[in-house]
Amino acid sequence: MDLFSNLALGFATAVTPYTLMLAVIGCFIGTIIGALPGLGPSNGVALLIPISFSMGLDAMAALVLLTSVYYGAMYGGRISSILLGIPGDEPAMMTVLDGYPMAKQGRASDALVISGVASFVGAFLATIGLMLLAPVLSRVAYQFGPAEYFALYLLAFCTLGGVGSNNQAKSALAALIGLGIAMVGLDQTTGMERFTFGELHLMDGVDFLVAIVGLFAVSEVFVFIESHGKNSAIGVKLGKVTVPWGALKRTSGAMLRGSGVGFIAGILPGAGASLGSFLAYVLEKGVAKDKSTFGKGDERGVAAPEAGNNAAAGGALIPMLTLGVPGSGTTAVLLALLLTLNITPGPLLFTERADVVWGLIAALLIANVVLLIMNVPMVKIFVKILMVPSYVLLPGVTMIAFVGIFSLTGSGFDMQMMVAFGVLGYVCRKLDIPTVPIILGILLGNAMEDNLRRAMVLSNGDWGYLFQSGISIGLWTAAILGFVAPLFLRGFLKKPALPEANQD
Amino acid sequence: MTRFTLPSLTLGAFVALTAPALATECIAPAGPGGGWDFTCRQVSRILHELNLVPNPVQVTNMAGAGGGVAYTHVVSERADDADLIVAASSATTTRLAANAFAGMTADQVRWVGTIGGDPGVIVVAANSPYQTLADLVAAVQADPASVAFAGGSAVGGYDHVKVLMLMSRAGFTDARAIRYVGLDNGADAITQTIGGFTQAMTGDISEIGGFIRSGDVRALAVLAPERVAGYDIPTATEQGIDLVAMNWRGLYVPHDISDEQFNTWADALRQVADSAQWQQVMTDNGLAPYTLVGADFQAWVDANIAETQGILRAIGIIQ
Repeated sequence: MDLFSNLALGFATAVTPYTLMLAVIGCFIGTIIGALPGLGPSNGVALLIPISFSMGLDAMAALVLLTSVYYGAMYGGRISSILLGIPGDEPAMMTVLDGYPMAKQGRASDALVISGVASFVGAFLATIGLMLLAPVLSRVAYQFGPAEYFALYLLAFCTLGGVGSNNQAKSALAALIGLGIAMVGLDQTTGMERFTFGELHLMDGVDFLVAIVGLFAVSEVFVFIESHGKNSAIGVKLGKVTVPWGALKRTSGAMLRGSGVGFIAGILPGAGASLGSFLAYVLEKGVAKDKSTFGKGDERGVAAPEAGNNAAAGGALIPMLTLGVPGSGTTAVLLALLLTLNITPGPLLFTERADVVWGLIAALLIANVVLLIMNVPMVKIFVKILMVPSYVLLPGVTMIAFVGIFSLTGSGFDMQMMVAFGVLGYVCRKLDIPTVPIILGILLGNAMEDNLRRAMVLSNGDWGYLFQSGISIGLWTAAILGFVAPLFLRGFLKKPALPEANQD
Repeated sequence: MTRFTLPSLTLGAFVALTAPALATECIAPAGPGGGWDFTCRQVSRILHELNLVPNPVQVTNMAGAGGGVAYTHVVSERADDADLIVAASSATTTRLAANAFAGMTADQVRWVGTIGGDPGVIVVAANSPYQTLADLVAAVQADPASVAFAGGSAVGGYDHVKVLMLMSRAGFTDARAIRYVGLDNGADAITQTIGGFTQAMTGDISEIGGFIRSGDVRALAVLAPERVAGYDIPTATEQGIDLVAMNWRGLYVPHDISDEQFNTWADALRQVADSAQWQQVMTDNGLAPYTLVGADFQAWVDANIAETQGILRAIGIIQ
C-alpha cells in the first residue's frame, strides 16, 4: 500500500542516529518550554528557529528538532498546570481545572501519568489522521485559484478572531496591524517599494521571524520583569511516580473522545490547540453521567483536554502542509520554518517533496514515543526544572532571542526591530489584544493581497469573481459564521475565567 | 529563483559581517540553496580545481532586496576589490532595468560573463486548445483579455518581461493589454495553469521539466538558441518568433578594477565554461550551454537592459 511505502520512505529519511539524538534533545527542551509558565509552544519554537539555523542544520534535521520541540511543549504544558495551577501554556489551561485539584489531594503523580498517556494517545491518533487525510486533501488544491485562496486566508483570520479569542474587535484590530506591517516592502504585483523610506533593510518587508521572536519571546521577558517572577514554583511536592492502571482504563473513553474532537478543531484554520482542549473538556463533561466531580479532581477532566490539545496540534498541521494556511500560532511559526528552508507547503509538497512530508510524519511518531518515555517515568526531572528561578530563566530567554536573531540576519536593524516588536507585544498584552493575529497578518498578508490582486487581474476588476466557485462561497460562509457565531454562542459556552497566556 | 524572498533568514549575512576576505571571495546575493548560491559554489569549486585561483574561494551569502543588498555593498564598499566575484542572473539585470536597486545602475559594475543558461519555456495545460506558439499568439492578438499568463516573478520581473518580449517580437504592440499574473514561484504558476485559472505559463525549463514530462502541461516553445536535449520542444525561432530568453548564470565584478584584472577574470571564466566539470554540472542541473564572456557579454547586457527598459516603460513600471 502507498501509505506504508511512503511511511517507510519517511522513516528512512528521518531515522538516523543524528536525527534521533535531535529528536530526544528537541523533546526534552520542548517539555521544559511547555512546563515553564509563560513559555509556550509558539514562543519556544520561535526562539529555536534562529538557533537551529545558526547550527547549520539541514532541512530534515531542523524539522525533526523543531517538531519535537512543538510536540514536547504540548506535553510539557500540563506539568505546571497540574503542579502549580498555572497553565504552562494556553492549550494546557483546561488541564488546570481538574489537574490542580488532583495534585492538592495528593494525586499529583496520578494526574501526571494520566495526562501524559492522554497526550500520547491524542498526538498519536492525530498523527495517524494526518497521514490518512493530508494526501487526500492535497489533491483538492488544484481546485484553488486566487479567489479561493483569498477566501481561505480570510477564513483563517475569521475563525482565529471569532472562535479563538474572547473579543472579535480586538482580534480584528490585531489582524489589521499584522496586515499593515505586511504591506512594508516590495509589492509583489508591481515590484514597487512601499513604506520602505528608501531603507534597503525594509525592501524585503518585515522579517516574520523578527516579529515572532519579538512578539512572543521578548514581550514575555517584559511581562516577567513586571511580575517579578510571581509564577515561581517554590514548594512543589511530588511523591513516587507509579502507573495507575485502573485510572488509565477508566479514562480511555475520555482520551479517545478528546482526540477526535481535538483533531477536528485542529484542522479548522485558525482554531488550534486551545480550542481543541476546550471542546474536549466540554464534551467530556457533557457525556459524563455524574458531572459533580468535574472541577474537583476528576481523572477524565485531565485526560480529555490533554488528549484534545495534543490531537489538535497534529490536526493543525494538515491545513498548514496542504494549503499553506496555518491553523494556529505554533503552526504559523512552523510555516515560517518551512518557508525559510525553501519548502513551500501546498499540494505539490506531497508529490515534489514526499521525503520532507513523510519524514516529518515519521519524526512526529518518533517524537511521540520519546515524549511518552520522558513524560511518564522521567517526569520528576521536569518538576525539578520547574523550580528554576526567573532570575536565571529571564536573562537566558533574552540572550537566546538576541543571539538567535543576530545570527540569522547579522543586522543590528533587525535586533532593534525585534525589541520594537517586543514592546508592541507587551502593550498588546496589557490591552488584552491577542498577538497571534498580528503574526498571522504578517505571515499571510502578502499572500492574501497577492491573491486578491491576481483575482482582480484575471477578472478584469470584477469583484464578483471572488464568489463564483462553490469552494469560495463555502469558505466565505464559513468565514462569516466563524467570526460572528461565537458572539451568540458565547453565552452558552462560557470560558472559565483564567489568565490569557499565549494563545496557541 | 523563488520569488518568495526570505533572504534575510540566512546565516550567510552573518558571515558577510566577518573580516575582509583573505582569499578570493564569491558573493551569492541570496541565501543558500538558490540559483546564485549554486553559481558561486560551482564556479568557485571549478576555479580552484583548474588552479585558476591559488586558494579555495570563499563563498559568502549576502541576502537582501533581491540582490540589491549585495549590489549596493559591491558598488559602495568594494569598488576596487580585484579578488571579488559576484553571482548574477537574468533577475539581476531585469531588476537593474526596473530600477529596483534603489537607484543603482548596471554600469556601476563590470559584467564578466555568462557560462550557461536555464532556457525559458512557454507552456499551456494539457487540455488547452492552443497547440502551437502561433495559436497562442493569435489568441492574444485577437483578444488580449482571453489569455492570462502566469509566471514565477512579480509584474515587471523576468517572467513577465519574457511574455512581453515574446508578444512584442510577434508584432503585438499594446503591452499594457497583456494580462500577467505573478506568483511566488514557478510551481505555483504551473498549479494555477493546470487548474485552469490562467491560460498559459512562462518559466524556466529546470523548474517545470517534471510537469512537461508527466504530461500535465504542453510546452509550446522553448526560448533557447536551439532545441534542448532531453525535450522535444520546438524553439520560438523555429516557429517564426525570434526570441531567446535564457535565465543566464554568470558573474559581475567591481567597477574600479583594472582592465588587466577584468580580463584575467574573463579568461578564467571562459576556462570554467569549457571545462569538463562545468559540462557535467550543466547536465546534472538541466542547464543549456550559453557562453558569452568579457566585452561580448558587456555589450549583451547593455542591449538587454535597454530592451527591457523599453518594455517596462511601455507598461509604466518605470518612467
